[in-house]
Amino acid sequence: MNEQIQEVLALTNRWVKRLSREKFSMLFTLAQPMIFWLIFFGNLFQKAADIQVLQAPNYMSFLAAGVVVMTVLNNGLAGGIDLLFDKENGFLERLMSTPIKRSSVILSRFLFVMAITGMQILVILAVAFLFGVIPETGLLGITVILLIGMLFGVGLTAISMAMAFTVKSHGDFFSVLGFLSLPMIFLSSALVPLAAMPGWMQALAFFNPMTWVIDAVRPLIIAGWSQALPQVGMALVVLIAFDALCLYGGAKAFKRSVG
Amino acid sequence: MSSSAAIEVSNLGKVYDSVEAVKNLSLTVQHGEIFGLLGPNGAGKSTTLRILITTLNPTTGTATILGHDVVKEADTVRRLIGYVAQERAIDRFLTGREHLLLFAELYHIPKQEALSRIASLLKLVNLEDDADRVAKGYSGGMKRKLDIACGLLPHPKILFLDEPTLGLDVQSRLNIWEHIRQLQQQGITIVITTNYLDEADQLCDRIAIIDRGEIRAMGSPKDLKASLGGDGVWLTLSDATPEILNQLTTALQGLPFVRAIRPRENGLDIRVDGPEKALPSIMETTNTIAGCRLDGIEYHRPRLDDVFVAHTGRSLKDEPPASTET
Ligand SMILES: Nc1ncnc2c1ncn2[C@@H]1O[C@H](COP(=O)(O)OP(=O)(O)OP(=O)(O)O)[C@@H](O)[C@H]1O
Ligand SMILES: [Mg+2]
Repeated sequence: MNEQIQEVLALTNRWVKRLSREKFSMLFTLAQPMIFWLIFFGNLFQKAADIQVLQAPNYMSFLAAGVVVMTVLNNGLAGGIDLLFDKENGFLERLMSTPIKRSSVILSRFLFVMAITGMQILVILAVAFLFGVIPETGLLGITVILLIGMLFGVGLTAISMAMAFTVKSHGDFFSVLGFLSLPMIFLSSALVPLAAMPGWMQALAFFNPMTWVIDAVRPLIIAGWSQALPQVGMALVVLIAFDALCLYGGAKAFKRSVG
Repeated sequence: MSSSAAIEVSNLGKVYDSVEAVKNLSLTVQHGEIFGLLGPNGAGKSTTLRILITTLNPTTGTATILGHDVVKEADTVRRLIGYVAQERAIDRFLTGREHLLLFAELYHIPKQEALSRIASLLKLVNLEDDADRVAKGYSGGMKRKLDIACGLLPHPKILFLDEPTLGLDVQSRLNIWEHIRQLQQQGITIVITTNYLDEADQLCDRIAIIDRGEIRAMGSPKDLKASLGGDGVWLTLSDATPEILNQLTTALQGLPFVRAIRPRENGLDIRVDGPEKALPSIMETTNTIAGCRLDGIEYHRPRLDDVFVAHTGRSLKDEPPASTET
């Protein structure tokens, strides 16, 4: 067990080093494009948005939850990319020829992606704070947001890693990624509340785990505990089912690929 | 599992989707030898190695490393081996030293011990000055050397090197051969793959010639060459009438060191045991035959390529240079 902790930490350390050396990608990771979504769309749609429909004091505060969860989505779905490159250039095989626990590589990736995602959520909430969005549920609410975000991130990262182990080329990987992420965003309550959607979109959004996650994060920011708690409960149920499914699929793909 | 063998492979087979990459391959590697898998691109060398280092499961057959099955006891096997991949398995964003430190942690080598091993390995592969540069800026040869250092870090009992000198300059190649011989002196068993004939010839104690997934011949380079029937002496006559050739053949057949005589264009191909006595005696014999005038005499020592041709029907040298690496 101790040995595995050493392995996971050593491998996580590698991801951190890589990120810190990829200056460009670091800039984009930390000064997340999502922040621009928040700032530009938050202000842009302020006039267009109907406060009655949003049930939020302004569009920025409505959008904050969506941007937080979109960040989780992007990070999670991109979580397997480095493993994909490791697989393609032979580094993964090199790692697998050492006597490490097979799961250490995967665990290091989860640890790293979750840490980065957590930091980004905090950055987004801080930017929103500068624009006057103050979470109604305070620090405890932020902790719950982090927890929900990570639970969602685990499943997404598992999907991404499963894809990395399964695809034949990285072209395939990025096509599937693009195919997945936009509908996940637009067919959810990230940008507009479900109530404002046409019926068929509502129906699809209902089956999108994103919707459930956003609908739990949003009241934590704009409403308060009494409205948030039941939503958080629902989200937890959905996420546990979602994660179980993704981890199962991920484990299968991993076993098939590295034995 | 016989006690003397370091590696025992029996009836190994691997099928990828539809490609049969390795077919019914059996071989034994003894303790302390340098064993070479020689074959053209796509012969199945890397596939065989991948099975031995436990990262690929065989479709059929078994393999054991120091008595441990590569599938059932993969974890034990991984503790006994070192591996240097054919692709340079290098993380461009890490420095050379960071690679070694990473692997030291993965092998759970105690910190002090790790630092001293890393220092001596960097010295061995001559990367001390570049150890703290990010590998992105390394040349191909430097990456290869770093790869080799990583493979040696765990002090393996058996070291697997997949085309260790691919793409290296002559000097680096010789250096790596030298390292490999030193490792052998320390008692490490070494398996390398190569498609360089001279590498197999000069470095390996024994080789297996592998082509299209099958072993075609196996033995020491010397024995394999000897099995071709000795060295060749090629005579070219200025007036090669059947009559003269017949007389000459009869006369030569009596000589003790002559193994076989075959006709060739305008002359004979004489297989002999060694050049020292053979050449003068052959010259003398030609002089005793009336009308027999020598136009040329060529001494031809069989090369490994001849062995390759004899067993596969084509020349390894005729292969187009490796454009894609797998
Ligand atoms: N992952 C794979 N999927 C499908 N086919 C493969 C795979 N890896 C290798 N092959 C096929 O198996 C055969 C043997 O490949 P292998 O890499 O073992 O050859 P090799 O002897 O190492 O060649 P080289 O000298 O080019 O490295 C080839 O026909 C190759 O196309
Ligand atoms: Mg190969």
